[in-house]
Amino acid sequence: MSSPTTTPRRRHVLDLDDWSADELRSLLTIATQMKDILERPVKQVPTLRGKIVVNMFWEDSTRTRSSFELAAKALSANVLSLGAKDTSVKKGESLVDTVRTVQALGADYIVMRHGQSGAPYLVAQHFRGSVINGGDGRHAHPSQALLDLFTMHERLGELADKKVVIVGDILHSRVARSNLWALTTMGAKVVVCGPPTLIGPAKYWQSTWPKVEISHSLDHAAEGADVLMALRLQHERMEGGLLPSLREYSRRFGLNATRVASANSNVIVMHPGPMNEGVEIMPDVATGPHSVIETQITNGVAMRMALFYYLATGSEQV
Amino acid sequence: MTPKQLMNDEEIRRALKRIAHEIVERNAGASLVSLVGIHRRGVPLARRLAAMIAETEHVQVPVGELDIGLYRDDLHSRGPAPILGRTILPELGKRVVVLVDDVLYTGRTIRAALNELSDWGRPSAIQLAVLVDRGHRELPIRADFVGKNIPTAKNERVDVQLSEIDSAQDSVVIVQED
Repeated sequence: MSSPTTTPRRRHVLDLDDWSADELRSLLTIATQMKDILERPVKQVPTLRGKIVVNMFWEDSTRTRSSFELAAKALSANVLSLGAKDTSVKKGESLVDTVRTVQALGADYIVMRHGQSGAPYLVAQHFRGSVINGGDGRHAHPSQALLDLFTMHERLGELADKKVVIVGDILHSRVARSNLWALTTMGAKVVVCGPPTLIGPAKYWQSTWPKVEISHSLDHAAEGADVLMALRLQHERMEGGLLPSLREYSRRFGLNATRVASANSNVIVMHPGPMNEGVEIMPDVATGPHSVIETQITNGVAMRMALFYYLATGSEQV
Repeated sequence: MTPKQLMNDEEIRRALKRIAHEIVERNAGASLVSLVGIHRRGVPLARRLAAMIAETEHVQVPVGELDIGLYRDDLHSRGPAPILGRTILPELGKRVVVLVDDVLYTGRTIRAALNELSDWGRPSAIQLAVLVDRGHRELPIRADFVGKNIPTAKNERVDVQLSEIDSAQDSVVIVQED
């Protein structure tokens, strides 16, 4: 029995800049089936049995790391999680040396989180298996953007012409950047919103993201929105002088009930977590009827399973 | 080489009718039977068998569907990510589950289906119904109910077309591969 197949096989998932809409759609379909597995009596299938997944998280992360770990385990892979603190990184080993070590241990997949943009690309150059970018510097966080896409698609259907507002520290956000690739590819109308210091120069947006609208007023941007996505405000932005005060930020750019009410009646409220409740999102909105923040977490496991499956098929053909 | 037809729609209908009778006979009625079709073409076949059993026995047999994509043993050597179907199963405990597929060949699909079923529950028995058995088993697996035994060469392919999926008239054809 032959199955319908999709686009040519990919070896790594480093960013979403070179993904087509068709490829994204086929991944969404796979993620839907993976989500079913998480509701089965036995939440595990043997797809990656005997394979080794190594999580290399050189930057602290609880939720992304546990999500990748559960996803790999649901597919029956053996999982090893390394952090910068408990490895030979402390003893001065370079990233490339660590990759060679991990390869010699028999790893088939590396999930890399790193504070430096581009680190997963370096890993991919020195690793014979597959690399998934688990977030690198300010550059990209493809699995987060994919789980966001999955959640939006699940709630809203086709995303063409849907109004998606991303509010917060766009300039320093890898989540925002990967989301921009995925959302513009799917034809969504994206608005990035925040104070000028966190959005960057209009000239950059015109030349790099001509289809993306920029806004410095959430009151205005929220009107008629289908998706309101708040980003985490990193406290160091305050110290860097990019913001006058947290209270000021919250008043102008916090997701509150009034702003949600001005959006589309079936608007969904999203946040990649962890949240600063009372700053970028108010507690009643975070747990309110429009919030899909918990669904994002569940969908994260399903989408990461889909990514592993996507990379696994045909891996011995190449 | 042009495809050679081995079964037409009427022959398929008669074969399924006979299988439906045999399932009922073998299990002393249909009250404990559940049908589970294997994606993709096993699913409409299971639905047809259920309708035939309902007609003669007046019992609505539960029908499920099973996608074995995640249980394959050849995933890593296959082409780009095959699309997965859904797995939706009725309660399996204390039921006789009849797996339904279109073509029985190496037996590896059935091996995967048996593994997947046992992750879902513990049926009192599992039986296998196939429209075509083309031989060349690679595992010790055989069918309990067979529509037609068709001797084939390994370089031939058996294609089953069903109106529900292929928007064509039902048929079984044999195609010579290069």
